[in-house]
Amino acid sequence: MRLTLGIWMTAVVVLAILLPMVPQPQHWYEFPVVGGLGEKARIIFFHVPTAWLSFLAFVASMVYGIKYLRKRNPDDDLKSSTAAGLGFLFCFLATVTGSIWAKFSWGSFWNWDPRETSIFVLLLIYGAYFALRSAVEVEEKRASLSAVYSIIAAVTMPFFMFVMPRVLASLHPDPIINTQGKVYMNATMLVVFLSSLAGFTGLYYWIFTIQVRIRRMESLSIHHEGELKRA
Amino acid sequence: MPARDATSIAWFRSVGAIFMKDWRSELRTRYAISALLMFVVTTISIILFSLGSESARPEVLCGMLWVVIFFSAMSGLSRTFVMEEERGTSMTLQLTARGSAVYVGKLLFNTVLVTGLDVLTVALYALLINGFVIKTFSIFLVIVLLGGLGFAAAATIIAAIIARASTKGTLYPVLSFPILLPLVLTVINGTRLASDGAFFEEAYGEFQILISYIVVVIAVSVLVFDYVWKD
Amino acid sequence: MTVALTASGLRKTFNRRMIFDGVTFEARSGNTVLISGKNGSGKSTLVKLLTRVLTPSAGAIALSAEGCVIPEIHWPLHVGLVSPYMQVYDEFSARENLDLALTLRGLPPDAARVAELLDDVGLIDRSDDPLRTFSSGMKQRIKLAFALIHNPAVLFLDEPMTNLDAAGIALVRRVMQRQREQGILVVATNDQTDVDAFETKVDLDARP
Repeated sequence: MRLTLGIWMTAVVVLAILLPMVPQPQHWYEFPVVGGLGEKARIIFFHVPTAWLSFLAFVASMVYGIKYLRKRNPDDDLKSSTAAGLGFLFCFLATVTGSIWAKFSWGSFWNWDPRETSIFVLLLIYGAYFALRSAVEVEEKRASLSAVYSIIAAVTMPFFMFVMPRVLASLHPDPIINTQGKVYMNATMLVVFLSSLAGFTGLYYWIFTIQVRIRRMESLSIHHEGELKRA
Repeated sequence: MPARDATSIAWFRSVGAIFMKDWRSELRTRYAISALLMFVVTTISIILFSLGSESARPEVLCGMLWVVIFFSAMSGLSRTFVMEEERGTSMTLQLTARGSAVYVGKLLFNTVLVTGLDVLTVALYALLINGFVIKTFSIFLVIVLLGGLGFAAAATIIAAIIARASTKGTLYPVLSFPILLPLVLTVINGTRLASDGAFFEEAYGEFQILISYIVVVIAVSVLVFDYVWKD
Repeated sequence: MTVALTASGLRKTFNRRMIFDGVTFEARSGNTVLISGKNGSGKSTLVKLLTRVLTPSAGAIALSAEGCVIPEIHWPLHVGLVSPYMQVYDEFSARENLDLALTLRGLPPDAARVAELLDDVGLIDRSDDPLRTFSSGMKQRIKLAFALIHNPAVLFLDEPMTNLDAAGIALVRRVMQRQREQGILVVATNDQTDVDAFETKVDLDARP
């Protein structure tokens, strides 16, 4: 699994960076030049997957949280916080890559357009989630409270979709790369893009399972230490 | 055995008892009211000093009004749950009243507190700050009332969460901000519309967002409250 | 009316440490349940579980009257608790606190009953003084009144003799005797002499 993932991601990165960009793609291995962005459009292969995953990770964390509230199985809470931890990292990467892209495209690192604001708010939510977790000592309570908070956060986040359009006009390149809102990407770009998305998702899932395993073992050993102390 | 009334009448009585208890207690000790008052006066004074004899653009003033209200609310709205926890009366409530009654009673209390805070802040702001004009009063009135209820709804459930954690004070704004952000953006928008003299109908979008926010947050809070409140 | 309280296989864990497991008993009207164990054995935790303030990690509790199970939302009407962990409201008077004892439970206010109870616990002269002026013994009496005002079928007492003088202790014994006649009494204490008699004993020390 590790090997496949490694080869896959290497291939994606290589193709994303090296395939030539020409105005009129003649061959299957060429990308079209996207107006106004040029070479920098390559960042779409890295920025968008990390952004999508950071949102998906939050949903996953919330789902595991709800499972915990129903069954009270500590393993669900473990998965919830692991999913959130990785999501936090991906969110941070997405914000940074987005910011870099913004600098190159629009001249400043931050512009408060709707997508930027949502990823920023997601970052705040992740931060708040972990601040809450570190403030509760009793495990069962920590699990319930963080599950509840993630539910409340998930429920209020969609409001941004309705609020933001009324606040500022969008600067995001959606209109440029994706004029009809459909997946309107040149076939080669699409292939590389989707592969990148798959690759990042695989990466996330792989790190997630390893972390869950590690933390399960950690919590078992703490549990056993506690038992030894009592006996 | 005392006569058993219909469960819903009992529930309303319970809600009323909790609201009146918090209200009477607040009138006697005046903790939350003093905190709110001091906060509003201090922040408006700072704004006045920094503006000097100049006046800022109306859009900026609209935003600042809600900044003052947000932070003042943060200083006072958590008291209703934190105080019960600190004094050991949480268990008294857990034993005698239903979770939903506790939530609704305290929500009502916080709504009254926030509405008072809003009225005071708006009055001081209008009197003291140069350049703050409201041309369409009807929009502003609805925005302030709905916004207040929205603040109370989100602030109450977050207060219930942090009351069970250890580092209550600093955690409260950290958890509340991402949840309240859509609300804050919407009320600022609405205030700007009112300040610019827009027609009442133009603010319908804001009203819709506010009403749905309130409904969603309260509905979810009632559903999850027992997980927060009971151990 | 006969009431029955049954507990089966109750377990509670905190931070994955088990406080107790497998607590099972049954009690009926006229019975006394004694919960004994040294400090830290989980007596107060078990009481909190039985009064539904805490939820069990495993196991079930049922309260029934005349054979019909009483749903959880109605428990506050049938259960009274006196515990060192449960406080009353300092800024209110004795009378106001007892009013709350009724209205929080959704019951209509009953000034006559409040006065009756204040008289019972010997605090009728201080009914309008705020509780923060009371001594700890007096507060314990108010807590007792708070627990009795709605005539609960099951009365839970956690370390009931705390802070009480001889007159207070006599009061508690009277209350316990009355409760044995009317319903179920559950007492959690280190000191077995606190109860005159008991039918069921839950000894938290005798567990692993």
